[in-house]
Amino acid sequence: MKKRMSVLTGALVATAVSATAAMAGTLDDVKARGELLCGVSTGLPGFSLPDDKGNWTGLDVDTCRAIAAAVLGDAKKVKFTPLTAKERFTALQSGEIDVLSRNTTWTHTRDTSLGVNFTGVNYYDGQGFMVQKALGVKSALELDGASVCIQAGTTTELNLADYFKLNGMKFSPVVYDTSDQTVSGFASGRCDILTSDQSQLYALRSKLDDPSKAEVLPEVISKEPLGPLVRQGDDAWFNIVKWTLFAQINAEELGVTSANVDTMLKSENPNVQRLLGTSGDAGAKLGLGANWAYEAIKQVGNYGEMFDRNVGPKTPLQISRGLNALWTKGGLQYAPPLR
Amino acid sequence: MMGKYVEKEALPPPVSTSGPIAWVRDNLFNSPLSTILSLLTIYLLWNIIPPIFSWAFFDANFAGDNVDACTGTGACWVFIKVRLNFFIYGFYAEAERWRVDLSFLLLAIAVVPQFFDKFPYKMWLGVASVTLLPLIVGTLLIGGVLGLPPVETHQWGGLMLTLVLSYVGIVAALPFGVILALGRRSEMPTVRMVCVAFIELWRGVPLISVLFMASVMLPLFLPDGWDFQKLLRALIGITMFQSAYMAEVIRGGLQAIPKGQVEAAAALGLGYWRSMGLIVLPQALKLVIPGIVNTFIALFKDTTLVLIIGLLDILATVQSSIVDPAWRGVAAEGYVFAAFCFWVFCFGMSKYSQALERKLHTGHKR
Repeated sequence: MKKRMSVLTGALVATAVSATAAMAGTLDDVKARGELLCGVSTGLPGFSLPDDKGNWTGLDVDTCRAIAAAVLGDAKKVKFTPLTAKERFTALQSGEIDVLSRNTTWTHTRDTSLGVNFTGVNYYDGQGFMVQKALGVKSALELDGASVCIQAGTTTELNLADYFKLNGMKFSPVVYDTSDQTVSGFASGRCDILTSDQSQLYALRSKLDDPSKAEVLPEVISKEPLGPLVRQGDDAWFNIVKWTLFAQINAEELGVTSANVDTMLKSENPNVQRLLGTSGDAGAKLGLGANWAYEAIKQVGNYGEMFDRNVGPKTPLQISRGLNALWTKGGLQYAPPLR
Repeated sequence: MMGKYVEKEALPPPVSTSGPIAWVRDNLFNSPLSTILSLLTIYLLWNIIPPIFSWAFFDANFAGDNVDACTGTGACWVFIKVRLNFFIYGFYAEAERWRVDLSFLLLAIAVVPQFFDKFPYKMWLGVASVTLLPLIVGTLLIGGVLGLPPVETHQWGGLMLTLVLSYVGIVAALPFGVILALGRRSEMPTVRMVCVAFIELWRGVPLISVLFMASVMLPLFLPDGWDFQKLLRALIGITMFQSAYMAEVIRGGLQAIPKGQVEAAAALGLGYWRSMGLIVLPQALKLVIPGIVNTFIALFKDTTLVLIIGLLDILATVQSSIVDPAWRGVAAEGYVFAAFCFWVFCFGMSKYSQALERKLHTGHKR
């Protein structure tokens, strides 16, 4: 039965892919519509969340706004579609959205069998641990025999079991349904540690009565590269989404920010000139205007600004750059050169 | 010498047999067991009610506009205050929100008079609320005509979305349900089989899977460019699902009407539609008012399931707000607010149905 279902699903996906591949270019659709259709989550702190006024905010949201700025010249021309984890890929396959930017982990299965392409990584995440500071634990390897609060979700549980088994340690799981329950279980002392993706741990920590009493341990026990993705079969659109993020990362490396981008237009640095379109034809090669990267940086900012605004140390989440620092600063964010 | 008769007022009954003391004695302390239970209940209430009141009112925080204003030990209603617009209008464009307000007002004008017995033009307002009102409100909310800028349905959310979903579900499911119920009792085999199949199919699957199919599978089968909106898909799914339930409730009423009624109608020369419309249905629908309203209330609460297809109804807007790191420890306030909104509408429907039952009571009830 299961096999038959997977064959059916495969056939469905194949139909959807062949149907969408026959469509006109996504770029033309977006331009004709005057609006980018972007799939986000239904509410995830730091990544996509409606604010007090009902405006979408977050790192994933800004990723879409940058694409809209590059393509349409206006970061506001995005229509956000909140999607649950289950319907996100179908929404992309069926053409309901142009870009899926919904803290989606880049994995082999998703990249190869769903008819989608990941365009890059806008956040390097990984599963980690949060402990009460009072425990005095400094490393995850000291956690033998601990009780662990987990939010129901099998990958988290499997990673945890694997990690403890590999290191010859034991744990007793305390499973909860929602993040609210998990954090209140942790706060009331039902468990010693709480495990989840690190970005989530920071969000959960900000929910504690006294966030400074809890600490996120340095160990990361799984790789969760999160990034935007597009449908397979439209390479021109794939390039646009990919290079918008690269342009923002390059801008941070070159010191171009939303504040100084106008003065940077006069820069003598050839790299900056190519980025901002004062020389070269980077925009034209993507089918966009010469000022594509200028607009994205002017209206949304470079990668570092985007990170700091949504999840950085000055936000309630207080996430340090860590893996998401530029490669020149010991992180993994590295963009190919604009040349 | 004869004394003059002076009428004396009768003495009042002894305190112990009338008044509040007697009521207490008769009802709360009339036996040792009931005395124990009464004392226990009073003790429990004494322990539960004051903390709830001090949390919700006396120690609660009302002033301010961010989490720092919530210094007291009680509820942080500031959160509800700041987010209220989001909870009510969702992502509806701010400049256009008067259209939602106007829709609420029209709904109130059409519905509230139904609670009063002798309101002028009450019947016409009732008829308008299921015919004209959905059209006017639909035009108003969607826009795009008469100089109203269009507001796409993906921007709808919060309480207005909950009300739209449940109102359309209620208004559409009742007539569909009547037709299906009559069809299921029809003597024409094709009609009967189609109705039975429809009812059993839709009643046999959970609403959550209906919504999921509508949102995830349907777009894959539709040809390109046939992307009709998520809200419309959800509305159709909810209406189909509720019609099946409604049909079975109404069929229960139809079966309770003695065959003699139909025969009498036939003897008077009434055809099928007139005998159903004038004789059978009015009696049948009256009998099943509790069942119908039960289905409506269930439908109203079921609309929260649209969260799984990414539509943010009032509960979903509350849920996505309490995870906001800018607010801390406001989950209880959010859920209490959502529960209160649901309670107001469900209680209103329940009260209306009770009033309707009393009004239509013709002496058959035991």
